[in-house]
Parts: sequence; structure tokens; C-alpha cells
Amino acid sequence: MLALQGAFIEHEEMLSKLGVESFEIRQKNDLLRSFDGLIIPGGESTVQGKLLKESGLLEPIRQLILDGLPTFGTCAGLLLLSKRIENDARSYLATMDITSVRNAYGRQLGSFYTEESFGSIDKVPMTFIRAPYIKEVSDSVEILATVDGKIVAARQENQLVTAFHPELNDDLTIHRYFTNMCSGE
Amino acid sequence: MSENRYELNENLAQMLKGGVIMDVTTPEQARIAEAAGACAVMALERIPADNRAAGGVSRMSDPKMIKGIQDAVSIPVIAKCRIGHFAEAQILEAIEIDYIDESEVLSPADDKYHIDKTKFKVPFVCGAKDLGEALRRINEGAAMIRTKGEPGTGDVVQAVRHMRLMQAEIRRIGSAAEGELFDIAKELRVPYDLVQYVHENKKLPVVNFAAGGVATPADAALMMQLGAEGVFVGSGIFKSGNPEKRAAAIVKAVTNFTDAKLLAELSEDLGEAMVGINEQEIELLMAQRGE
Repeated sequence: MLALQGAFIEHEEMLSKLGVESFEIRQKNDLLRSFDGLIIPGGESTVQGKLLKESGLLEPIRQLILDGLPTFGTCAGLLLLSKRIENDARSYLATMDITSVRNAYGRQLGSFYTEESFGSIDKVPMTFIRAPYIKEVSDSVEILATVDGKIVAARQENQLVTAFHPELNDDLTIHRYFTNMCSGE
Repeated sequence: MSENRYELNENLAQMLKGGVIMDVTTPEQARIAEAAGACAVMALERIPADNRAAGGVSRMSDPKMIKGIQDAVSIPVIAKCRIGHFAEAQILEAIEIDYIDESEVLSPADDKYHIDKTKFKVPFVCGAKDLGEALRRINEGAAMIRTKGEPGTGDVVQAVRHMRLMQAEIRRIGSAAEGELFDIAKELRVPYDLVQYVHENKKLPVVNFAAGGVATPADAALMMQLGAEGVFVGSGIFKSGNPEKRAAAIVKAVTNFTDAKLLAELSEDLGEAMVGINEQEIELLMAQRGE
């Protein structure tokens, strides 16, 4: 669990409901422990991105992802994994071949809740908070969910991203999907 | 589409956790704050320290000034309205502010009633000195709570007192017998279901930040160790010698609040801290505004 800023405790609680152990990564030393997957939580991408760079975590984590570490980014995490952010010159881990749009639904008044299908699963709750969406994906990216024609969940091999926050609802679908990725599915 | 605005507003506060919200008075300061790692900025005309010095009535900021700050940064923008001044809040909602702080830092507009925050789509954060105040604000619709502390002083003692008091009351309710909760609700002047929530979950139903008098990385770490989920820094940054460096250091202190070695490094060479005034030297206790 990347725990630089944002809603990481909510993800930890979801994992513990699935009987999965987690620990928090704040500094380079934390990477010495062994782990099967990484979650990059929601929060502010500018804050997390800056702390990633200055803590020296950016390059080692980038390498781990390129080497195949199962990684799940929600909201700000999606932006940190994006190769391109359309309305922001900054890029961070840039490991996933997608172009995203930051604050794509506007300010807090644009935040919303809906239910849509995720892959083959119907009616998954989706909470969008000042959320991004994905504008373009390369051929190697599988689109897992769309809302009103906008891509809001996708997977590229070991990387999973959602523009919404599955950690804010009780539904464990998405976290179960990710833990399955971690055990090699 | 069914949606619960209040829940979405609580959710935004969850995204701010582990972060630092900084007071700014110009677009330039807002950009400095964002670059230093602020998770949100508080747009206001005068920081609390200057409000104290200037005296007089302090009100909501000029919407044009707030819009300038909204255009300057990509992170959430918060603005203050006076306690009870729902018309100021309506104006802030009309310019699509991300969060409204119904704040004791401004002159109260109503000495009896706070704003009925359930009437708004945008979220509110409110200050509290103790658990009763926090739960009363939540009952009125606040989606986030912060300690009142004593703004504009650079003295952390009141923020510490308020946070300790809240945590102590949460522990007391957490260990109370079920049958005692009715009386506690009466004592705190809050609805029973909020007391029951605290009893079951041993925490506030919404995110709780520290505010009022935080001036150094050590202050920020102290508040986080006392149970704050994030920190507001008001006058402490732009009243100090080197705002960029101090702001960035406080951000890192909040992320790494238990790592004393790193905190030592972060506390080096920050230049002059805000001079500050001691609690006993203050004539106006802002924390006493709005119970």
C-alpha cells in the first residue's frame, strides 16, 4: 500500500475483509519487505507524485511495475500510472499506456455515484470524487468499464486502474479481482 | 441515478487525509503551496494573524480573488464564510468552491445558529473544541471536522488541547455501557445515533484534521501522533522566513510523522518561524466563537 497521502486506510480495510495482509510504504526501506501486489490509492496526484519523487521511491517502484508487479491505481493512482495526462504536463510512474484527463468531471459539484458493469460483472458501485477518466488506450490495454462512453477502468497485463473509488463502498468485487491478479490470474 | 451528496462530500475529505491544507491569499501563494505539496488550499483575503492585527469585522473573501486562486491551481480550493452566514455560503457554492469552512476565524454573523449545511450541495468543514461541538456540527451537515486551535497565533497549545479532549471523549464513549449512551447524548446535546456511532466505531463519523497554531514540522507530527488525519496550516507558512521550504517540510512531516530521524532533517534550516503570540497574550479568543 503506497501510503504517502490520501485514502490508503480504506484500501487496507477492504483487503483485510478479503483476508489479505497489507503494509504501508512511505520510504525506500519499506520496499525491502516482500509483497505480491501494490495499491496506489486516491488522494491528490500532485502531492503523491511529488513525495514519490523526493522520497526516492519513484524509480524503484517504476522498475518493480515494469518487472511485472501486480499494481492497482485508483483515481490519483490512475493518474500516477498514466503515460500521458492530457491537461497536465507532469507525469510520474508513466508505466501504463493510457492517456487520462485530470479532474475530468470538474470540481466537487461534479462528483457522483453510479453503478455500472465491470468486465463481466453487473452493477458494480462506483464513486467518483473529482475524478479523472481515460481518454485513449493502446491496443494492449483491456477496457473493463465505461460510464457514459468514458473509460473508467482498464487493465494492461499487471496493471489495473479505476477512475472511481471501490474502497469507498462495501462491494469487494474490484479488490477481489485485483487479489486474483496478484495470485497469477 | 441515485446519489447521496453528503456521502460524496465526506468522501472528498477522505481523499485529503494524510495531507496539508494551506492558507493562501494570492494566486502566486496558491501556486507555491501546490508546488510544495499542499493537498488543498484555503483561499482567503487575510490570513488569521493579519486579521488579529487589523481588527474590525472580517468577512468572506472577494469571489473574484477566490476565482483567481481556483484558476491558478488544480487541487481543491476551500474558502471561509462567517458562522451562520448562509448567504455567504450560497455565494461560495455558486462559484463552485470545493469545500466551505464555516469559520470562527471570521467575525460570526449569527450568535445562536450555525448554517443548516444539509441545504447545500457543496461540503462544509467546521471547527470544534470538543466532541460535543464536533457532533453538533456533523448533525448540522458538516462533512469534515477540524480542531479550532487558536488561529493566527503560531501557538499549538489549543489545537493540542482540543484534539486531546476529543480523543479522550471518544475513548470514554467507546468504553461506556450501551445504557449510558442516552445520557451522554443529552450531556453533549447531540442526537443519540451519532453517540452510538462513536461508541461502535471509536472515531468521529467524518475525517478530523488539526488546525490553529501549527507552525513547524514538529507541530504537524505532534498533531498527527495525537490522532489528526491531516493538518491545516494557516499563518504559519506565509508568515515565516522561507515559505516554500517550510511548506514542503510540513508536507513530508505529515506523511512520515513517526520517523523522528527524518523529522530532524526536515526541521533543519527552515529560516525564521512565525514569531507568534502566546495564548495568554491574546485579547481575542477566536475558538470561543460558535459553540
